[in-house]
Amino acid sequence: MKDFPKYLLSRVGLPQSHTLATYRAEGGYRAIEDVLKKPWKPEQVIGVIKDSGLRGRGGAGFPTGMKWGFMPDITKDPRPRYLAVNADESEPGTCKDRVLMEKDPHGLIEGCLIACFAMHAKAAYIYVRGEYRLSYSRLQAAIDEARAAGLVGQNILGTDFSCDIWMHKGAGAYICGEETGLMESLEGKRGHPRPKPPFPAGSGLWKSPTTVNNVESIFNAPFIVRNGAGWFKSMGVPKSTGNFLLCISGHVNKPGVYELPFGLTARQIIDEVALGVWKGRKLKAFFPGGSSTGLLPASMVDVAMDHDSVKAAGSMFGTAAMIILDETASIPQAMDVIARFYDHESCGQCSQCREGTQWLHQIFRRIAHGRGQMSDLDLLVSLSNGMAPAKTICALADAAAIPTLAAVKHFRHEFEECIRLGRDPLAPQPQHAPELHEAHA
Amino acid sequence: MALSDKLKTEFTELVAHYPEKRAGLIPALHRCQEEQGGWLSPQALEDLAEFFGLEPVEVFGVATFYPMFRLTPRGRHLVSVCHNISCTLRGAEDLLAHVCRVTGSPVGGTSPDGKFSVVRVECQGACANAPMFDLDGTYHEDLDRSRAEQILGSCQ
Ligand SMILES: Cc1cc2nc3c(=O)[nH]c(=O)nc-3n(C[C@H](O)[C@H](O)[C@H](O)COP(=O)(O)O)c2cc1C
Ligand code: SF4
Ligand code: FES
Repeated sequence: MKDFPKYLLSRVGLPQSHTLATYRAEGGYRAIEDVLKKPWKPEQVIGVIKDSGLRGRGGAGFPTGMKWGFMPDITKDPRPRYLAVNADESEPGTCKDRVLMEKDPHGLIEGCLIACFAMHAKAAYIYVRGEYRLSYSRLQAAIDEARAAGLVGQNILGTDFSCDIWMHKGAGAYICGEETGLMESLEGKRGHPRPKPPFPAGSGLWKSPTTVNNVESIFNAPFIVRNGAGWFKSMGVPKSTGNFLLCISGHVNKPGVYELPFGLTARQIIDEVALGVWKGRKLKAFFPGGSSTGLLPASMVDVAMDHDSVKAAGSMFGTAAMIILDETASIPQAMDVIARFYDHESCGQCSQCREGTQWLHQIFRRIAHGRGQMSDLDLLVSLSNGMAPAKTICALADAAAIPTLAAVKHFRHEFEECIRLGRDPLAPQPQHAPELHEAHA
Repeated sequence: MALSDKLKTEFTELVAHYPEKRAGLIPALHRCQEEQGGWLSPQALEDLAEFFGLEPVEVFGVATFYPMFRLTPRGRHLVSVCHNISCTLRGAEDLLAHVCRVTGSPVGGTSPDGKFSVVRVECQGACANAPMFDLDGTYHEDLDRSRAEQILGSCQ
């Protein structure tokens, strides 16, 4: 693999990387200083983010600059406006935002300042999943340091720009990663997603204009402001620019979080970055971007890992969370686990999702346990088609339907074999953890 | 009973971060749960309802929506074992069964001596270091049976 420039993880290995002193020594807070002192106009900041081609790193790949541009004109709409940073990171397979928050929290804070400046936001709320205690405490300590240094709060760096950054703790519900579920949760309610429209830019937190962005998206902003759109576009491929954080987990020799340019093939990533499938085994399948993206069979391992190429291969780039399954893995067992997750996490507002996720789970479960019927496979397909696309308030229903359709499409033979045999030949030895009825937190 | 003065002061400062008081509810539930040794009593929910000017049933509705809030007491130590896909692919079910053996607690229950409770949890964002569990708020990653045993053995 060719050498390539890195920036996202450039500081995480430094001693005391989470402190202001280290961040400053690495040129930290120079981007916001430049923006405030030159000064830039907010539209110029949005302009450079647009030109850079940065696409959101939270799963949908939506252009960040365009999203910022959706916020209403401040001269015509005086409502306070907010940035909500999505640090809920709960898509199975995804473990990248945590690295940035634990090891380089000031980078996220500077990103928040730049985003708030660009969108005239008076405050940013960082919504961190409750389990990420170290992320929370590192970020809180970094905000305190930055506040004491005049970088957060009133009249930042002696200018008339004021901006607060507040930490907010979630409590273990995946659906609060969906942007409108996040806003409900931040307002102190159950995380029930809101129908769209209205979109957050029109009516978000407390009915005010709001932008929700993923941690890694915001983290990119100071680099783009400092180095320019041209620099950013020199990395990656034309429609997926910059570098991204890859999470690779499952059956590989070296799972981890790696900074990579877009466009390497899945094969290169598995073999050269993660040092190959473990135990000398062969690849069977992989999820390219988290458990809600359609899994792909080994025959498609030459797909390039960028948004458009993975889409063309019939799946999604998602959160760049590759989950690798070796030749001994059972697809029915894997789908049982995944369907159980979406069943557990459906908020229950939409009947297609509430009942559909339950059905998918039950059917995968019975196939995986050798109690399936051949008609179950068509049932999985018709249920999934009843759930997605865009048939429900939010995309959790899609997140359950998409991997189901892909599994049945690419691995129908494996399900059929379980059904024919009345058992799953690839099932691991059963484990006997004693379970009470309410076994799931 | 009502909220301690300490918590009241904390929550008064907390709600000032938001344009609407209610936004502080979930962080406040977390703090009450911490103070109470890992669960929320009916009294705590009522006290919070009073502080936030909500009906107790509304606070109950929020608390039960979120898996991290527990409405029944638990053992002195809580072991939350991830059973999602990346962990399962690397032996989470075996780890879970072993944790149950070592602690004497069934999944979803508490050991007879009241020392450990064990639960299954969804992906904790530690997928590249699977399998894992969270013990009392600290992640333990890249686990195998013997490391798990060692970690659990050092609990008082
Ligand atoms: C069910 C569901 C769960 C989601 N979970 C997350 C999450 O944990 N983190 C995240 O950044 N985005 C998550 N998203 C995507 C968000 O809705 C939103 O698109 C994203 O935060 C926008 O940020 P970006 O434009 O910077 O990518 C989720 C979406 C859905 C439908
Ligand atoms: S699609 Fe599912 S998770 Fe989303 S709002 Fe509807 S029921 Fe809730
Ligand atoms: S699957 Fe266990 S931590 Fe992500």
